[in-house]
Amino acid sequence: MRLSIGARASVLSAVILVVFLLAWHIAVRGTTTGGPAMDPEYAKLMGLTATQGKSAMPGPLDVGAKLIEHARRPFYDNGPNDKGIGIQLGWSILRVAAGYGLAVLLAIPLGFLIGMSPMVSRALDPFIQILKPVSPLAWMPLALYTIKDSGASAIFVIFICSVWPMLVNTAFGVASVRKEWLNVARTLEVGPWRRAFTVILPAAAPTILTGMRISIGIAWLVIVAAEMLVGGTGIGYFVWNEWNNLSITNVITAILVIGLVGMLLDQMLARAARAVTFPE
Amino acid sequence: MNDRFISFEGIARRYPAPGGAQTTIFEDLWLGVPKGEFVCVIGHSGCGKTTLLNILAGLDAPNGGVVLVDGKEISGPSLDRAVIFQGHALLPWRTVLGNVAYAVSSRHPKKSKAEVEEHAKRFIKLVGLEGSEHKRPAELSGGMKQRVGIARALSIEPKILLMDEPFSALDALTRGTLQEEVRRICRETGQTVFMITHDVDEAIYLADRIVLMTNGPGAMVAETVVNPLPVDRERTDLHKNPAYYPLRNHLIDFLVTRSRTFRDAVPADRDPRRPPAVTIPVPQPAESLRTVA
Repeated sequence: MRLSIGARASVLSAVILVVFLLAWHIAVRGTTTGGPAMDPEYAKLMGLTATQGKSAMPGPLDVGAKLIEHARRPFYDNGPNDKGIGIQLGWSILRVAAGYGLAVLLAIPLGFLIGMSPMVSRALDPFIQILKPVSPLAWMPLALYTIKDSGASAIFVIFICSVWPMLVNTAFGVASVRKEWLNVARTLEVGPWRRAFTVILPAAAPTILTGMRISIGIAWLVIVAAEMLVGGTGIGYFVWNEWNNLSITNVITAILVIGLVGMLLDQMLARAARAVTFPE
Repeated sequence: MNDRFISFEGIARRYPAPGGAQTTIFEDLWLGVPKGEFVCVIGHSGCGKTTLLNILAGLDAPNGGVVLVDGKEISGPSLDRAVIFQGHALLPWRTVLGNVAYAVSSRHPKKSKAEVEEHAKRFIKLVGLEGSEHKRPAELSGGMKQRVGIARALSIEPKILLMDEPFSALDALTRGTLQEEVRRICRETGQTVFMITHDVDEAIYLADRIVLMTNGPGAMVAETVVNPLPVDRERTDLHKNPAYYPLRNHLIDFLVTRSRTFRDAVPADRDPRRPPAVTIPVPQPAESLRTVA
């Protein structure tokens, strides 16, 4: 019996995963046939890496064990440098939500204005063109200097990186609403506010949601780097702290968790985008 | 007053052309439409028929002249002038009921949701779409979409119905049934209709009067032709009426040659303010009998 394409894809995914995990496991496993015997004191000092040829890179089993450990105690708090991964993620999500939320509040109304007025669009275009390609982290020193608060600066960086895709997409979506739909509103003497909410917004919603989806992706990329810089809390700080602890296991664990949360955020907006898409 | 319910008074429309020049769509155009009359404008594409309709709709503004409706100068779109668009122009995220209700609530902002829906359903029923109220435009055929467009336009109970080649995108069979329904509804309500078409048979069946426009740029209203066919005509029996072929030949003859040559031989006594109203002589049955004999 032939399996469906979905079932076959799942099998292939599983095979790739198993092959990768096996290769990883073999590549980092230690060899008991070490070099010449060394002084036990020196061997103790050097650790397993030197004595057994064990790689400092953790294997998949170590990472798995760590993941289970984190899953059991996600929210413990043993002081500033030892908090559960759940708390760290919570901080990051909170910062992204704040920065992203502010960006929505600014970008969508401003995008509407740009999309509806060719004059405003032309006037703002040079600013957008110059500021859009700037790496959000380049704003960090300026934010730290002016805001004087590292947490708020991280939020500002998220805001500034999320604003552009939403702004540009909203403006484009609003500007390309079909003329005939606007004419329907005009012949029905629909006022400007009602027109904005009943014709332009639904017509532009799919494009706006696409911009919001791009923005949330970028925001989640940037939060890790921003938190590495500002420190204190957050998943980015966690990664950097564990690097300083030389705990590669924790770094890999964090990478997996960051990916997982990023996927969930993207899925949420994809679902919202599907809800506002209309067939023509 | 009533014989000029709609009155185009010396309107002009020009567009800037490349090189600083101007393209004149038409200049000093005069046309009157009495209340309750069904008028079709025919002419070739590009002659400015749609521009004329858009100006009457208020979607486009003339560069000169004014348009009066019921004695008042128009200054933009109005709920008194409903438009049935060529490409139906339904809002795809709304259902059939939602599209019609949108128009109804624009006309009657104070009506409750239930009243608006009841009003909308009456017009959905009128165009024969009962049972499809909750479908979205994407689920409807071309003919059904245009029915929704008609229901939407009629639901605001306008003084004038404007139609811009509303049936041109439909297949012949659907077009025929829709023409019959539009004629029935407009006759029952005594609706004043201003319609653009390039389909001669459509004009003959629907119109009380047919306005002939010459080719653009610089289009003119050459004449208006009074439809001699009886008002209770059937679409399928048109060709049996002795007045049908002379009228049709006159219109085809205009589209084929006179629309092009009219400007070269404008009658010296032509008054642009009063385009001549032409009546096509109907051949007497006796005459035709004599010819046969």
